[in-house]
Amino acid sequence: METTLVENLPHVTWVGVLIKAVIILAVISAIAGFGTFIERKVLAFMQRRLGPMHVGPYGLLQLAADGIKLFTKEDIVPQNANKFIFMIAPIITAATAFIALSAVPVFPDFTIPSWIPVLGGTFVPSIASELNIGILFVLGMMAAGLYGPLLAGMSQANKWGIIGAARTAVQFLSYEVVTGLSILAPIMLVGSLSFVDFNDYQADGVGSWLIWQQPVAFVLFLIAGFAETNRTPFDLLEHEAEIVSGYATEYSGMRWGMFFIGEYANMITVAIIASVVFLGGYSVEGIGWLTIILKVAFFFFLMLWVRASWPHIRPDQLMWLCWKVLMPIAVINIVITGLVMMV
Amino acid sequence: MGLEQFKNRNVGTQNYTKLDVGEKPANGFEQFKQVAERTFKGELFVGLYVTMREMINALFRGNMHTVKYPFEKMPISPRYRAIHDMLRLLESGHYRCIGCGLCEKICISNCITMNTRYDENQRKEVSEYTINFGRCIFCGYCAEVCPELAIVHGPRYETASEQRASFSLFEDMLTPIDQLNLQQEYDGFGAVSPNADANIKKTPLAY
Repeated sequence: METTLVENLPHVTWVGVLIKAVIILAVISAIAGFGTFIERKVLAFMQRRLGPMHVGPYGLLQLAADGIKLFTKEDIVPQNANKFIFMIAPIITAATAFIALSAVPVFPDFTIPSWIPVLGGTFVPSIASELNIGILFVLGMMAAGLYGPLLAGMSQANKWGIIGAARTAVQFLSYEVVTGLSILAPIMLVGSLSFVDFNDYQADGVGSWLIWQQPVAFVLFLIAGFAETNRTPFDLLEHEAEIVSGYATEYSGMRWGMFFIGEYANMITVAIIASVVFLGGYSVEGIGWLTIILKVAFFFFLMLWVRASWPHIRPDQLMWLCWKVLMPIAVINIVITGLVMMV
Repeated sequence: MGLEQFKNRNVGTQNYTKLDVGEKPANGFEQFKQVAERTFKGELFVGLYVTMREMINALFRGNMHTVKYPFEKMPISPRYRAIHDMLRLLESGHYRCIGCGLCEKICISNCITMNTRYDENQRKEVSEYTINFGRCIFCGYCAEVCPELAIVHGPRYETASEQRASFSLFEDMLTPIDQLNLQQEYDGFGAVSPNADANIKKTPLAY
């Protein structure tokens, strides 16, 4: 793991960071869009349907068709809405999702070949911004992302939106404690908040993965991650059967699309955190970087699988689960981890 | 499995199994026990298994239920009353209609109009035959009354049109002479659908 140490890396210039940011923005947006296609396909297969089939081979270009539809749709702002907040709320969701990704190792680092005219020789790091408090920053950014649904629901002068915003607050207050406490135990073991340190700690193969030392924390983090990304068992914010579309009721066109992109980017972020913190992350030798893609793909598939299988729960059940079940377990887990570390 | 248990309609004497819904937890400890039991029972993973099984069945064992409708069509029942067909005699290729006029007479929405005349062999010949599908209610009386099985209900059920009154002429409904070998014989009222065997399922009582 010598190459990931900061001293051994080539100098990171602002051009490299900028290129990395553009790559993250472009690739993750594309993956988020493609994720909607994957989600529709997987859900369809699990219900013995075919899913989108007609646009392109196996419906692959459905993504482009949806994009064109979203971009050309009329952008409606309701009459009594607080227009500024209404228009800025989807941007908060999408922006925070991508800002969170800036502190996450997404792709392996590389140097642009020198024959390319202007940018040749620029070193592009694997993390756009190598923070020593990476996990804290990512979790904080994802938590800030919930301002999007909250402001959207409250600004749109729609009662379904208000209920959606209230549920956002409920959900936020419930899962955030569990996320923090569940990931605290691995942080205690590693003694760092940097993703690179987590990766190095688990570099000795499958046996050194933190999931074997912290299985409880892994399950808790996964549950809280589902709540964090509004995935199905905790899909309270826009539960169609109950509150039309929740905070997104009055949104149309690309503003609604930004909520969607933000949600899928958050799914990818949670999948990456779970992979790096608990499942060993990536390794730089050979095709080791492929393993993290496989792990992220597994977590992404797990979210779709769970959506196809399990029902929603009520908001009060979510609060009960988070405060009365998961939080005590997380605290006990931390105490036991601390005791074991002391002894 | 015999049919005896399904023919028994006497509800009182059947062997119903009552579900054990259990007791409502009375105090905190029992509530805790219920939560713990439900958590470690693994029912959630049964749900995950079921969806995964269905996905594998759909993808790899040909259990996909989607019919790509305009490209694939389900077989329809012979009892279905769609757009009419005029059939031909298989031996001579001549149309079966003998111009008796019974279909025009029985049509309760007055949508069939026909003119007939004697041809050179003193046989009745249909000179004019139209069905107004804007008026037709597809009751099937014409097919039922026809003594020659000449007018029947065919399999064309996509009847959307640009006009309210869309007339169909005799030649439109008549089997083309070059497709006489493909002419479908009318199974008659009460016939079962061609895929009836595949559609047979146990009644819910049998589960």
